[in-house]
Amino acid sequence: MEHIRTTKVEQVKLLDRFATNNKSLTGTLYLTATHLLFIDSLQKETWILHHHIASVEKLALTTSGCPLVIQCKNFRIVHFIVPRERDCHDIYNSLLQLSKQAKYEDLYAFSYNPKQNDSERLQGWQLIDLAEEYKRMGVPNSHWELSDANQEYKICETYPRELYVPWTAKKTVIVGSSKFRSKGRFPVLSYYHQDKKAAICRCSQPLSGFSARCMEDERLLEAISKANPVNCYMYVVDTRPKLNAMANRAAGKGYENEDNYSSIRFQFVGIENIHVMRSSLQKLLEVNGTKGLSVNDFYSGLESSGWLRHIKAVMDAAIFLARAIMVENASVLVHCSDGWDRTSQVCSLGSLLLDSYYRTIRGFMVLIEKDWISFGHKFSERCGHLDGDPKEVSPVFTQFLECVWHLTEQFPQAFEFNEAFLLQIHEHIHSCQFGNFLGNCQKEREELKFWRNMYHQFDQTLHPRQSVFNIIMNMNEQNKQLEKDIKDLESKIKQRKNKQTDDILTKELLHSVHPESPTLKTSLCFKEQTRLPVNDSLRTIEGSSPADNRYSEYAEEFSKSEPAVVSLEYGVARMTC
Amino acid sequence: MEFAELIKTPRVDNVVLHRPFYPAVEGTLCLTGHHLILSSRQDNTEELWLLHSNIDAIDKRFVGSLGTVIIKCKDFRIIQLDIPGMEECLNIASSIEALSTLDSITLMYPFFYRPMFEVIEDGWHSFLPEQEFKLYSSATSQWRLSYVNKEFAVCPTYPPIVIVPESIDDETLRKVATFRHGGRFPVLSYYHQKSKRVIMRSGQPLTGTNGRRCKEDEKLINATLRAGSRGYIIDTRSLNVAQQARAKGGGFEQEAHYPQWRRIHKSIERYHILQESLIKLVEACNDQTHNMDRWLSKLEASNWLTHIKEILTAACLVAQCIDREEASVLIHGTEGTDSTLQVTSLAQIILEPRSRTIRGFEALIEREWLQAGHPFQQRCAQSAYCNTKQKWEAPVFLLFLDCVWQILRQFPCSFEFNENFLIMLFEHAYASQFGTFLGNSESERCKLKLQQKTMSLWSWVNQPSKLSKYTNPLFEANNLVIWPSVAPQSLLLWEGIFLRWNRSSKYLDEAYEEMVNIIEYNKELQAKVNILRRQLAELETEDEMQESP
Repeated sequence: MEHIRTTKVEQVKLLDRFATNNKSLTGTLYLTATHLLFIDSLQKETWILHHHIASVEKLALTTSGCPLVIQCKNFRIVHFIVPRERDCHDIYNSLLQLSKQAKYEDLYAFSYNPKQNDSERLQGWQLIDLAEEYKRMGVPNSHWELSDANQEYKICETYPRELYVPWTAKKTVIVGSSKFRSKGRFPVLSYYHQDKKAAICRCSQPLSGFSARCMEDERLLEAISKANPVNCYMYVVDTRPKLNAMANRAAGKGYENEDNYSSIRFQFVGIENIHVMRSSLQKLLEVNGTKGLSVNDFYSGLESSGWLRHIKAVMDAAIFLARAIMVENASVLVHCSDGWDRTSQVCSLGSLLLDSYYRTIRGFMVLIEKDWISFGHKFSERCGHLDGDPKEVSPVFTQFLECVWHLTEQFPQAFEFNEAFLLQIHEHIHSCQFGNFLGNCQKEREELKFWRNMYHQFDQTLHPRQSVFNIIMNMNEQNKQLEKDIKDLESKIKQRKNKQTDDILTKELLHSVHPESPTLKTSLCFKEQTRLPVNDSLRTIEGSSPADNRYSEYAEEFSKSEPAVVSLEYGVARMTC
Repeated sequence: MEFAELIKTPRVDNVVLHRPFYPAVEGTLCLTGHHLILSSRQDNTEELWLLHSNIDAIDKRFVGSLGTVIIKCKDFRIIQLDIPGMEECLNIASSIEALSTLDSITLMYPFFYRPMFEVIEDGWHSFLPEQEFKLYSSATSQWRLSYVNKEFAVCPTYPPIVIVPESIDDETLRKVATFRHGGRFPVLSYYHQKSKRVIMRSGQPLTGTNGRRCKEDEKLINATLRAGSRGYIIDTRSLNVAQQARAKGGGFEQEAHYPQWRRIHKSIERYHILQESLIKLVEACNDQTHNMDRWLSKLEASNWLTHIKEILTAACLVAQCIDREEASVLIHGTEGTDSTLQVTSLAQIILEPRSRTIRGFEALIEREWLQAGHPFQQRCAQSAYCNTKQKWEAPVFLLFLDCVWQILRQFPCSFEFNENFLIMLFEHAYASQFGTFLGNSESERCKLKLQQKTMSLWSWVNQPSKLSKYTNPLFEANNLVIWPSVAPQSLLLWEGIFLRWNRSSKYLDEAYEEMVNIIEYNKELQAKVNILRRQLAELETEDEMQESP
């Protein structure tokens, strides 16, 4: 609270991000302990959680006031104009401090999860029992066992306590191997494919330098390889580009030498590091924020950002994994540098392709818990929760979600969850049935799309104005309600009928049967129920009502005295976006 | 029979067919006058039944005595035939080449096609101009039907019946026709009932370098304005191009002579630029080897989506003028048969709810494309694989359909038809058993006697059994103007056309089916609930009557 100096500023303008002539909404800005709130003259509220804020920027003073640009981690960008510079400065300072104030508990509530019931959700996550999950995969079994080596986090701090390793691997081997691996992250089981008896394992890079060897590490890899009775070789996948891995050798790290390890096949898959990813996303956002973007600018910007190339690299690696297991029956060991970014991406996506369970809502949460949280993905640093090194921030998890989104686009029926779930890792939303998903051998095509709903989540006018998905979901809900109604009605009718037969029986004893036919009256008093509305708000067309305020702005454009050539390019683009 | 001369080898056994999404199949290849048929003679099914007119280009390859013919279709599909024997292969290839490039329209399949279905409604008479005019005449008396072009004497590319301002007589129209490119004097394209404003279209004015003027032309278009109001002239060329056109006798309306009109230039590309764009796009889509960056830069270099954006932007501008500015609009480019029609028809999709229904859309195509004289024969003779560059090729109609698809994607509940309907129209525009898209104008169609000699596409499509495939289950009529977003982030590549043969749509189809099921089930449940409610109400009243006799 001590950071907040001004709690309320009036006459603040909210600029339209894509407008060219500074079209704005005027309203009041409130600052609370957790949120920034803007209420415009139409009483529309915009809530921004403080630790969603990625950056706050104060631009140069203009005639209308002091501009304040807030960029959020969920890709919302708001542009306020505060009339008095002093107020602006107060808010700016407050936000700077408030936005970096998140506590450790907020780790789980990563940036897509803006709801208030953090504690409830925290419980939800803790309900997920990973031991249960490994049991579901079919471990421990005759090849894999639970190791107590890391019981007190002694061997590796960033690993969970329960780790699964081949039963042939003795503790000395594990300890030895962990000394040979960066941050002590020795090879452990991530996913076990029961039918193929093949495993996805993960670790960090070996401290091999140019020539160092470690007998225990070699033995551990051999044990993993042997734990797969079907196939005599295993893949070791280094997710880094070869050049990066070679550079690491100079620092005493590096990658496995195929000659030292029996029965491994070594493979680079070339996913770039967190710094490249961060600047790639930055470029992407710059392109998206451009006013009056042309199609060519958009595509060349998309291309030069390299974002989709990186997404594809991650997908390709995951497909490589799935293929190795499904087609070749071979186990795979995945590592990058520390084994918590790219390795998490690739292992979790690979598992998702292989196992339909992870494509359910619960399964997806388990997957995140297993491959991301328990194996120490640095959510806090990567998402910039705490005021830390900005160089540690990177959209690694965003990329993972985007990869999953691409899969949901291509296999809409294979996932229990939908885009909204991904966008917010949100509440349970019922989705289509599980299809016959053949992720294991599906080769991705190159034509990845731009995920508009992620990067323009808050630019409503760029979306399809009617969401098929919401309508269908709504209808699905309605169907359930209708099924219930039918049951109710049927039981009521049954009751009535029983009652009637009873009545008739008793009446028959007293009088003769009633001569009048009741149907005439019925038809009069009964008014047919019209079709239930499928939540009309879903079908309304935003920006299409005649009261659309953008009209006036366009009219100005028309009435201007103009040169012979009139470019209304932006006019229409603005009118619509 | 003339075809027999062209068919050098009518039948080859043991031909192996490779096509997208199916395993290779061996069978007997037969060539008929209009079809390429391959049958494996199992279950009496034909694996391939391809119209020669659908073939865009063919390649031949030989490995030893095994020949391979690669057939590239106008709908962008590529199939491969392995034909044993060099001579057979050469014969087949040259026969196909000859049959797919017949000179005479009257030799085309529509003249030989006999329908296997009962014609309930003759599509040739489904959308008569008189009927269309009735829709307007109830709302306004400012317009009339003119038969001035009855013998196609005034304008060869116009239909015999056009809608013109009530106050303008046929003599004036004849004079105006001499002042407009191709005799295309301004005619009514659309009357907007709400704002009582109109969209008109024409060819460019023939002002030439010395600024010729035509009083009758000014009178005609001024007759559509109310006293004191202004109108807009949308020229679909850039100012530069329009100025250059003066040297060739064309030009644009001078402000001095048309003081009530404001001219706006919205550049839309035409002819070979569009064709090259299509060729590049299809090439990029078919290239399986490239990486992500190459794909994006190829997509960009094709400029296809830029054209989409330009066309949609121009259409939005026109809709703005009508709906928001309440001003009438005259649209023309050079001839007024390509970009002009794209803009007028898309503006109607945005403004007019009727044009978003199946019948309304068919009427729109009939009125704004076929009757308005879009030269389908010239524009759709070849597609993306064609090697010989012809001056008149351009995917103008495909671009229009793509634009409709973009709007359909943004407003999935506002259209009575679905994506399949648009794909079907694309296919029939390029190769069809029906006569609808033959010829370049109404006069050519009349000379060919298409109405008597061929079947209309609309007769076939409008059968209830066919329509079900093209109906959008989400459709709910709305009377609103739908403003699409034209931001690059909102425009997508039309996968249903361009990636159709590269990426299986199996999973998307399954999802679509699931959606249809949910909607069907919803309807069923609602009907059931209504029946039960009625039953319950009946029982209740029965009870009441018995309780209070």
